[in-house]
Amino acid sequence: MVEAVMRPQATARTARKRTGLHKAMQRKSTIAFIMALPLILLIAVMVLYPAGYSLHLATLNKSMERFVGLNNFTFLFKRETFWLVVWQSCIFAVTAVVFKALIGFIVAHFVHNIPTKGQRKWRGMLLVPWVIPPAMSCLAWLWLFDPSYSAFNYIIALFGGDPIPWTGNTYWARFSVILVNIWIGAPFFMIMYLAALKSVPDQLYEAAAIDGANWWQRIWFVTLPMMRNIIAITALFSLIVTFANFDIVRVLTFGGPIDTTHVFATWAFRIGIEGGDIPLGACVSLFMVPILMFAAVFILRDINRRGNEA
Amino acid sequence: MTSAAITAGKAGTGRKLNSMSRDRAWALRWSYFFLILFALFFLTPPIYMLITSLKSSAEISAATNPWWVYAPTLSNYKELLGSSQYQIFFRNSALVSIFVVTLTMLISVPAAFALSRMKFWGSATLATGVFLTYLIPETLLFLPLFKMFVTFTELTGIELINRWWVLLLVYPTLTVPFCTWIMIGYFASIPKELDEAALIDGAGWFQTLTRIFIPVALPGLIAATIFAFTVSWAQFLYPLAFTTSTDQLVLPVGIITTLIKGDVFNWGQIMTGALLGAAPPLIIYAFLMDYYIAGLTAGATKG
Amino acid sequence: MAEVTLNKVVKFYDNVEAVRGIDLGIKDQEFVVLVGPSGCGKSTTLRMIAGLEEISGGEILIAGDVVNDVPPKDRDIAMVFQNYALYPHMTVFENMSFGLRLKRFPKDEIKRRVDEAARILDITELLDRKPKALSGGQRQRVAMGRAIVRDPKVFLFDEPLSNLDAKLRVQMRTEIKKVHQKVRTTTVYVTHDQVEAMTLADRVVVMNGGRIEQVGEPNDLYHAPATRFVAGFIGSPAMNFIPCAIEKTAGALRLVLHGGLGFDVPADRTKRYEAFVGKPGLSLGLRPEHITDARSPLEPGQQAMEVDLTVTEPMGMETLVYFGINGTEICGRVRPDAGARNGGRMTLAAQLNHMHLIDESSGLVV
Repeated sequence: MVEAVMRPQATARTARKRTGLHKAMQRKSTIAFIMALPLILLIAVMVLYPAGYSLHLATLNKSMERFVGLNNFTFLFKRETFWLVVWQSCIFAVTAVVFKALIGFIVAHFVHNIPTKGQRKWRGMLLVPWVIPPAMSCLAWLWLFDPSYSAFNYIIALFGGDPIPWTGNTYWARFSVILVNIWIGAPFFMIMYLAALKSVPDQLYEAAAIDGANWWQRIWFVTLPMMRNIIAITALFSLIVTFANFDIVRVLTFGGPIDTTHVFATWAFRIGIEGGDIPLGACVSLFMVPILMFAAVFILRDINRRGNEA
Repeated sequence: MTSAAITAGKAGTGRKLNSMSRDRAWALRWSYFFLILFALFFLTPPIYMLITSLKSSAEISAATNPWWVYAPTLSNYKELLGSSQYQIFFRNSALVSIFVVTLTMLISVPAAFALSRMKFWGSATLATGVFLTYLIPETLLFLPLFKMFVTFTELTGIELINRWWVLLLVYPTLTVPFCTWIMIGYFASIPKELDEAALIDGAGWFQTLTRIFIPVALPGLIAATIFAFTVSWAQFLYPLAFTTSTDQLVLPVGIITTLIKGDVFNWGQIMTGALLGAAPPLIIYAFLMDYYIAGLTAGATKG
Repeated sequence: MAEVTLNKVVKFYDNVEAVRGIDLGIKDQEFVVLVGPSGCGKSTTLRMIAGLEEISGGEILIAGDVVNDVPPKDRDIAMVFQNYALYPHMTVFENMSFGLRLKRFPKDEIKRRVDEAARILDITELLDRKPKALSGGQRQRVAMGRAIVRDPKVFLFDEPLSNLDAKLRVQMRTEIKKVHQKVRTTTVYVTHDQVEAMTLADRVVVMNGGRIEQVGEPNDLYHAPATRFVAGFIGSPAMNFIPCAIEKTAGALRLVLHGGLGFDVPADRTKRYEAFVGKPGLSLGLRPEHITDARSPLEPGQQAMEVDLTVTEPMGMETLVYFGINGTEICGRVRPDAGARNGGRMTLAAQLNHMHLIDESSGLVV
């Protein structure tokens, strides 16, 4: 009896509330959307829009009044400096990243080798180049490389060597740029590798030692495979950062001597801001996109793969 | 007989141990040797900054041993800290950094919470998009942004170019994506039961964020804050492109554009300025090294 | 204090039916345990009662009100999670009082309730500590304390003991039972451990594949399982299932195991099993404790058999013996001094008056 009376009432209530529930679910995603909205707006207005806009800009003439199609691109292809910049950007980035990775790996190993007690202190010291704003540390390098007062040349002179034109000669200038790139970036690799080294379980090394592996085999068969992921992702990150770097060349060599150390970023700045030809500058920086995409695709693949494993 | 065998065995292991610990000791010595070498390489520029900053311009141009200070003086520091121009640079840098850090946290923390806990349509794509944005370098965007700001001024009459606060608009593009990304990582590591417990305890989404997630993920929040601060303090390209008058410059650009005058390089002051410009990130690093490093490694290990 | 009712509750996850229409009535003050293997839908059911999962179909009533669309905080329930889900940045006191503080209870009322709960759980001296400084068992108590201070209509436990080590688990099990006897709140408890289910529950709900297999008091489930699944799930070591057939002999039924061995069906079961004479797909279900060493004379209901043991496992108070009948491994429990040894031959007694006959095609115990 009671049951019979209760039933319809209860069902009616459910039916009414089902729509209420739907609304609640909707409200939850609305709140979430609103919370993410500033982020979405920021990315849309300050990243996506300018990225698309630069494509448009690249097709305009210098005064940005006339559509010139691909003229800017063909103009660049004909300029020797452009090819110089392409070549320099690539060679700087690749060389610097290889040496950063090597030095980072070696230093991380040495830090990992010493007693845990002292590791913090060493790690702290060795990361300093990464912490100093690059524009500031490049000033110090510029001063170390100074043509007449170079502190390096002073030491070389003590040993009877000839002074080195650190930023004066094309090849030395390129060497200097790469050196400073390595100096800034290697500590980052060191930190990443150190974190990865710590995550390799000791039992693996013990098992390898019992299997008769010497230290080199342990690195080759245990450490490197375990760290492959982090090595790859750090190298790709660094490739992007080094390739698109502006500060170092700008402060150290200003692109000289005679444009032989310009990279995409500094040359685009020279043309676009200082030369007032924004379309041509945008055009130059757009040439960074392919290599950035290449690195980004690999990083994303790696991130997604790890996301799926988790 | 048996005891003799045991002693022999012991002696054997003893010798083995000795040789092993000897190997170990040599490995350690070599490690320290190379570490000192690398530390020398890594620390030379900042040390050289300090050395030069303590020299008078007379001593610098006298070309004495550059690695030694014969007559240490604080005159460079006095002069620089006393100059109103330098104070303006410092003020601009501090204002920009503080505002950008605040803005970054206000944008990225709620967004990270929404993306990691409250799935909505397109949230997974957005998370990936945030990460991709982090990979877009500023050198790709500064020219279109410059043109956008010029056009904006033409349309509205509001000056953006050559105003320090234009940097508040562009710096978040460098800080927000990465901070959101690492906060997503930190939030994702909080067990789901914790927000369910909060839900049952009667907390709304906002309360769950402020009273549970932010306190629990505080180390991540600190790491993200440090990251945002160091990035906005060190940024060089955007202020160089968007600001020119000396009263609008931030510290790194100010030092480079005003202290390097033509061919007259006052290196004592330049090094002092560079050292002072590097000081805030270095001080933060010295005190919060573990958070700094956690933030650095989070990008690749989280997610 | 309240009763909980589930009417045809269904849960879909992306077209996968995790819970397939559950009907369950839980009485006021009752301690009900949902037990089953992982993926059987027990946790999902609990989470639907808590309001942490949407209900795809059917309805859930707490104290007579349909709560399908009521958010968790308004359902007046409290939940204890497997990993305790204590707020790591809050002290024990803050953890326990968080819900009350959100509801803006007066300070002295909060203090009174927390102190009361802490006294019940014997954690008064821990109130100022952070969860990190607590042992597993203490965290478990705090999690329960957080539930108690809310004074809810229903307690929900989601495998609360599975993170503890074996010894502590037994201790906390007793503790939970004691607490329930003190506060007498309606409780729904989820576990995969049948021993926990048997020891704690007023009534046990055995679930499998998103359905309820059987609901009953612990002893009923043990002695009269309704399905093959329940028969196999409840009891450790698990019940032996031996393929068999029923044959009719002069005036009685005979159970023939595939392999020549045979037993007489107890006379009181003749009527029940008569319909299955000559039918294929039958299994004999016999618990290990009903296969013991034969003492002469045999007790009533026991029938002797001679077997070759493969493995023996001495447990101290008894010895588990394993042997094969036509490829089926069978476990028995004998006295430790019965002389069982690996590879030895032994006479065992099967207590057929405790037998179950299973129709494999329907999965039911007949």
